[in-house]
Amino acid sequence: MKVIYTDVLVIGGGLAGLRIAIGARRRGHDAIVLSLVPPKRSHSAAAQGGMQASLGNVAKGQGDNEDVHFEDTIKGSDWGADQQVVRMFVNTAPKAVRELAAWGVPWSRVRQGDREVIINNQKVTITERTEAHGLVAQRDFGGTKKWRTCYVSDGTGHAMLFAVGDQAIAQGVPVHERKEAVALIHDGSRCYGAVVRDLITGELTAYVAKATAIATGGAGRVYRVTTNAVICEGIGAALALETGAASLGNMEAVQFHPTGIFPAGILVTEGCRGDGGLLRDANGHRFMPDYEPEKKELASRDVVSRRMEEHIRKGNGAKSRFGEHLWLDITLLGRKHIEHNLREVKEICQYFLGVDPAEQWIAVRPAQHYTMGGVRTTYTGESPTLRGLFAAGEAACWDMHGFNRLGGNSVAETVVAGMIVGEFIADFLEGPKGDLDIPTALVREAVEAERAKLDVLLHGGGGERADALKIEMQQIMTDKVGIFRGGADLEEAVHRLQGLLVRSRSIGLRHRADGPNPELVTAYRTQKMLKVALCIATGALARTESRGAHFREDFPRRDDSHWLKRTLASWKDPADTLPCLAYEPLDVMSMELPPGWRGYGNKDYVDHPDTPRRAEELERLRERLQGTDRHAVQAEIMPYEHLLPARFRGRNERIDERMP
Amino acid sequence: MTEPTPVPTAPAAASGPPRKLRFHVLRHDPRDPASVPHTEVFELEEAAGMTLFIALNEVREQLDASLAFDFVCRAGICGSCGMVINGRPGLACRTLTQDLPADITLAPLPAFELIADLSVNTGKWMRGMSERLETWVHSVEQDPDLRCIEPTMDPELADRIYELDRCIECGCCVAACGTARMREDFVGAVGLNKIARFALDPRDARTDADFYELVGTDDGVFGCMTLLGCHDVCPKGLPLQTQIAFLRRRMARTGLG
Repeated sequence: MKVIYTDVLVIGGGLAGLRIAIGARRRGHDAIVLSLVPPKRSHSAAAQGGMQASLGNVAKGQGDNEDVHFEDTIKGSDWGADQQVVRMFVNTAPKAVRELAAWGVPWSRVRQGDREVIINNQKVTITERTEAHGLVAQRDFGGTKKWRTCYVSDGTGHAMLFAVGDQAIAQGVPVHERKEAVALIHDGSRCYGAVVRDLITGELTAYVAKATAIATGGAGRVYRVTTNAVICEGIGAALALETGAASLGNMEAVQFHPTGIFPAGILVTEGCRGDGGLLRDANGHRFMPDYEPEKKELASRDVVSRRMEEHIRKGNGAKSRFGEHLWLDITLLGRKHIEHNLREVKEICQYFLGVDPAEQWIAVRPAQHYTMGGVRTTYTGESPTLRGLFAAGEAACWDMHGFNRLGGNSVAETVVAGMIVGEFIADFLEGPKGDLDIPTALVREAVEAERAKLDVLLHGGGGERADALKIEMQQIMTDKVGIFRGGADLEEAVHRLQGLLVRSRSIGLRHRADGPNPELVTAYRTQKMLKVALCIATGALARTESRGAHFREDFPRRDDSHWLKRTLASWKDPADTLPCLAYEPLDVMSMELPPGWRGYGNKDYVDHPDTPRRAEELERLRERLQGTDRHAVQAEIMPYEHLLPARFRGRNERIDERMP
Repeated sequence: MTEPTPVPTAPAAASGPPRKLRFHVLRHDPRDPASVPHTEVFELEEAAGMTLFIALNEVREQLDASLAFDFVCRAGICGSCGMVINGRPGLACRTLTQDLPADITLAPLPAFELIADLSVNTGKWMRGMSERLETWVHSVEQDPDLRCIEPTMDPELADRIYELDRCIECGCCVAACGTARMREDFVGAVGLNKIARFALDPRDARTDADFYELVGTDDGVFGCMTLLGCHDVCPKGLPLQTQIAFLRRRMARTGLG
C-alpha cells in the first residue's frame, strides 16, 4: 500500500484550494493539492463578471465601505448568514483584490473623465475622478447599493485562477492532477487525510495529513440544468458527509442564476444586467419593473429568477421546441461595450446559440448555479465535529451566504476564505491540535474498504446502470427541488431519491477496466451524489418557510420565529437511506443587523421574538455613540476583528478614507 | 429606440430527416499491452444544437461506456477539450456538429502524453512549461501592505495585458506547431505568449536579459519556423503571430546587444 505524508492535504485545485496551499507554504508547511483536472481548468475559471470588494474607486462606488458591503450581503442572505464571518469577509475582500493585483491580475482600471453608461435603460454620463485614474474599477451587480464588483473584462475568474495557479507554481506547491479523493481517513473525531484514486491508473493511495481541506466547489451537477462545470458534483461535501462525524449546513439553499442560456444552461454573466442589459418577454416587454419597481433587473438572483419563472407561468414565455424561455437584451449596450467588456458572453452566444448579442436577444432561463450549503465549519474553516477537517469556498458552509449569495461574492469568497483558512490551518499545524498519532491500521483499513467497494462495482455483477440513475436523480432535482418548491413535490422527490440510492448499491458495470474508466467514475460518484441530493431534498422538505433561494409555495413567508436557524445534515450509518437533520439557531441578540425587509422581494415575514428587542438595543447604542467613527460603532455592536488572523487585520485605505 | 425582432435561437428545424453522423474516433489505451491504436466508428442521429460535447457524451451513454475524453466547463473557457477535429485542433465543446460534414474524425491532440483515446495530459506539459519559463510576476516588492491603496496602472495597459492573459492553455497551438513536432522541448506559442505577457507587465521586474535566458534558444523563440499554425487555430484568437515576431526581434536585439 502506498502512503504519502504531508502537512496539509488540499482536496480541490480551484481558487480556494490553491490559496490555502499557498498560505500554508508561506508559513513553512508542506501542502499537496489534489485536483481532478489541471488546476487552471477548475470551475473558478468560469466566474465571469467579477469579485466584490468595497474599494470605492469608481464614481458610482463612492461612499462604499465594509459597512455597506456587509449590509448588502446580509440582506442578500435573507439573514441566514453568520454575521461575524461576513464581517471578516468584507474586511478582507479589498486586501484580496490588492494581493491579486500584486500577483499580476490585470484588473480593469478606472479611466478619468466622462464616460457614457446605461442605467435603467437610459444613457447616463458618469465622470470618473482624476485621483481614481488607474485604480481598480468596479461595475454594478445585483443586490448591491454601490458599484462594488471588481472585474477583468468578463474573464475575472480566469485571470484570478491563472495568477493564483502561477503563484502556487512559484511557491513550489505540488499539484497531484487527475487524482480523486474517494474517502476521508478518520476515526470519528479526528481526520487523518484521504484515500485517493488515480484517475489514470486506478491505483489507490493513502494521503496522510495533519490537516485536510475540502475545496471542491459546488454540487450543481445533481441538477439536470445547471451552469456548473461537469466536475461540480458535490463530491467533497459527500466525503465529509460519509464520515458520519462532519455535517453539511443549509444544503437546501440552492441558487438559480437568472441568465443561463437556453436550453444548454451555460452561464452568461450578471455583468450583462449590471452593465444595463434588460430582461424581456415573448412580446418584447421589459417585465422586471412590474414586479420589482426599485431594483428591477438588479434585485438579488433568487428574486429575479422567481420573477422570471412567475412571468413564464403567466404565459409570457417565448416558445421554442425545447420549451419556454425569456430574452436577455444587451443590444442597447452597443457593440463596442460588448466586444470590450463582455467578450466571453459574445463568444458563448456566437458558438452555442449562433447569435450576435450586439444585434440579437439572448434566450435565457434560470438554471441551477450555486450551492450556498456545504461542509459546516466554524469561522476558522474547521469542522466543529471532526478535528483536522477544514473546508473553504463553495464546498463549505462558512457561512457567509446564508440562503442566497450575491453575485460577485463567490469568487471573492474563494480567495478570501483561502487566505483566512490558510492562516488558521497553519496555526492549527503549529499548535497541539495539529499533533498527529497515526494509527496505521486505520489507514490500511480505509484503503481496503475503498478497494472492496470498487471491486463490488467492477465485479459484483450488479444490474443497475450508473448513468441512468444519475440522469433520473438530476431530473427529479430539477423538476421537484427547483425554484418553486412544495410539500407534495418534495415528498415525492425524497421518496424517489431514496429508491435510487437503494438501487445505486447494486450498480454494475459494462466496462471493467480499473484505469481510465469513465463508467466506474460515474458509478462511485453517483452513489455519493445521491446522498448529497437527499440532503438538499430532505432539508427543503423540512424547512416549512421561504428564505432566500429556498421558496416554498405552501409556506411563502419567511418565518424567523421558527426558522432562523441553520440546517445540519449528517449521515450516521452508511446503510441509512436518509440523512439526519439537526438545527443550529442563529442568535438575534448578537446580530449587528437584525432581520428585516431586504429592500426587494417579499415584504411579508414573521419576526423573531428577539428582533424588536435587539433593534431597540441597537438604537440606544447608536444614540449613545453618535459622533463616534464608524469603526468604533461597529466594534461596539458586534466585535469581530479579534477573530481575523493577525496578518489580515486592519482598515482598508480608500481615496476617501486615507490611512491615518 | 427600435426594438430588434426576437430571433429564434435554436437552429431552424432542418428540412428532411436528421443526418446520421459517423464519428471516426482514434482509440488507444497506452497502459493496456493488448491495445493498438485504431479507429472506431460510432453512429449517432444529429440533434438541433448538437455540440461535440453532447455527441461524445451520447456515445458514451449509449454506445461505449469506456470511451475516454475530457470536458470540464463545456462552455469554451477552461481549455480541457482540445482535440483534432477533422484534422484541425480545436475545442470540442463549442464545435457544433451542424458546421461539420456527416463524417467526423476525432483524434487526440498530438505532442502531449496520451492518457487514453481522446484524453491527453496537457496539464503536465503546461506545468512543466510554467516552471521552466517562470510564468509568474516576479515582483520587486515581495510583501506589499494590503491595507494600502493599490498601485495605479494605465487602463489601456491593463487591457493589453488581459488580451494576452486570455490564453486558456488548451494546447491547440502546440498541437498545430511544426517545431513542437520536431523539438520535444519547444515551449510553443503558449509559452512565448506568456513571456510576451510578463514582459509587458510593469509589475514584473525581469528584464529582457532575464527573458533571453528563458527563451533565447532554439527551444524558445528562435525555434519558431513562422508556420503560424498556432495563430490559425487559437480558440481565443490571441495575436500569436504579432507576439512571436515582436518577441523574436526583442530577443535577437538582446542576444546581439
